[in-house]
Amino acid sequence: MTTVSIPDVMRILPELILAGFAILVMLFEPFVPAGRKRVLGWIALLGVLVAGMAFTWAPPNAGMAFSGSIAADGFSYFFIFLFLTIAALALLGSINYLERDNIHHAEYYALILFSTVGMCFMAASAELIMIFLGLEISSLSTYVLAGFRRHDPRSNESAMKYFLLGSFATAFFLYGIAFVYGLTGTTNLVDLAADLAQPGKWSTLTRAALILMFVGLAFKVSTVPFQIWTPDVYQGAPAPVTAFLSTGPKAAAFAVLVRIFLGLAGPSGPAAFWVIWISAALTMTVGNFAALLQKNVKRMLAYSAIAHAGYVLVGLAAAMASGSTEGASAVLFYLAAYAFMNVGAFLLIAHLAGPGEGRTEISDFTGLGRAAPGAAACLTVFMLSLSGIPSTAGFFAKFYVFRASVHAGLIGLTIIAVLNSVVSVYYYLNLVVTMYMREGEPQAARTPMPLPLYSAIAASLFAIFYLGLYPNHFLLLSTLSSKPLP
Amino acid sequence: MVPLSHYIALSAILFVIGAAGFIFRRNIITVFMCIELMLNAVNLAFMAFSRFRGNLDGQLFVFFVIVVAAAEAAVGLALIISLYRSRDTLAIDELDSMKL
Repeated sequence: MTTVSIPDVMRILPELILAGFAILVMLFEPFVPAGRKRVLGWIALLGVLVAGMAFTWAPPNAGMAFSGSIAADGFSYFFIFLFLTIAALALLGSINYLERDNIHHAEYYALILFSTVGMCFMAASAELIMIFLGLEISSLSTYVLAGFRRHDPRSNESAMKYFLLGSFATAFFLYGIAFVYGLTGTTNLVDLAADLAQPGKWSTLTRAALILMFVGLAFKVSTVPFQIWTPDVYQGAPAPVTAFLSTGPKAAAFAVLVRIFLGLAGPSGPAAFWVIWISAALTMTVGNFAALLQKNVKRMLAYSAIAHAGYVLVGLAAAMASGSTEGASAVLFYLAAYAFMNVGAFLLIAHLAGPGEGRTEISDFTGLGRAAPGAAACLTVFMLSLSGIPSTAGFFAKFYVFRASVHAGLIGLTIIAVLNSVVSVYYYLNLVVTMYMREGEPQAARTPMPLPLYSAIAASLFAIFYLGLYPNHFLLLSTLSSKPLP
Repeated sequence: MVPLSHYIALSAILFVIGAAGFIFRRNIITVFMCIELMLNAVNLAFMAFSRFRGNLDGQLFVFFVIVVAAAEAAVGLALIISLYRSRDTLAIDELDSMKL
């Protein structure tokens, strides 16, 4: 057993800083009077910024750390930066929301940070048990966050469903790990890839173990048929929390899927590939068609989140089929673009829904285009980006995924995906039409946006247009990041 | 000595009982216990594999799983209490306030 060395510690510096700040927030909480809890929100935000800057000041040399259980490579840096961005946006959007709804407890900020730590470890681990620990750190925090409106039965219900189905999924993931360990004697992904590359190593049991692990992760990214919890959880959880958990933990679970399935399943041949293919097609179709029927904005966006998971799976299927980096880089690009538009949309809806989130029906937004032109315009941009209109991030995200899947020869899947994104335009534009074309008094809140929320929305809008107009820089970044997969 | 296959079969049976209970039971506490049963089935598999491979890693993982299960129980029971306070019921079928 080797001792812990300084380079090892440097490679998990952002996680350490985040955890340190989370503990700091909890320690300070009893000493901060009830009316001034927002100070702790700013401390949490400072923690996220410091963690981000730790990379810039002391760039860690890439490599493995802690006896091969942490992989500090471009792939994990990409995701850690993504998680830090999501956490920062969610924190900015939460501060005034918590004050408005009288649930201003500092544990909220600490839990966001702890959850981010878990997600960073998921993306950076090259060891199945470490991935499991990261998954649990992030999940346990988000279970509590989903139920943070303690006196609201819907929030309780949301947390309960998330908890039960999340733990159920974790058990499957863990059972898969147990079988991988039993069959090969290792849980390190690098050793595992070397072990499974030998001829005759793949058996029915190995495939079953991989499928079990896929089922566990499929719950987390909510692919059909493991999506049943998503609408209820996303609708019942506080909207800023939904913004966070529809992007962060989902991206983290996709990071794990990419690492495991591109690293290991290559030699397993068509079996694993077809599992991804079928679940991609089903996920897109079910998500989009169910979203058409929704009358509640949060629930509609929950089904849209399911559909978007399907598009990402198309990219993953392309990466598995072709073996080139094009598919993996499309997946990374998509997850980042999706994070900006979804976080922005949910944060804005949290504000417009008014005190107690009473106004989340689509009809509550009637005539908002005249009553609150600024907010309506922002929401329109988010909807256009989610539906993939050119000049927004959503367009290039979809474009790169579809291009990778055509290049990989998956013509059938690409056609399904394109038809699906045509269907999705209907329900996204339905909200826009309701805001601008229907006569009526909007029920949604018309109070001006508070400054922290305003900056979060502005940052998301900037990212959406930047990725939509100048995608090349970011595509290069995601291509570079997708290469060193162990 | 009991062969490995016996342990793995027992672990699989426990896991399936847990999963079936999760799907068919209607009380949240029972459902939660079914999840714990599934995790313990995993522990049994880890222990058996570890013993028969002569590799201690598996036993180490069991400790991780036990710790995580304990943390999960703490969070889960807290959520159950807060749910019971707001609804006065623990029947899963009544968790349907957000249906379409």
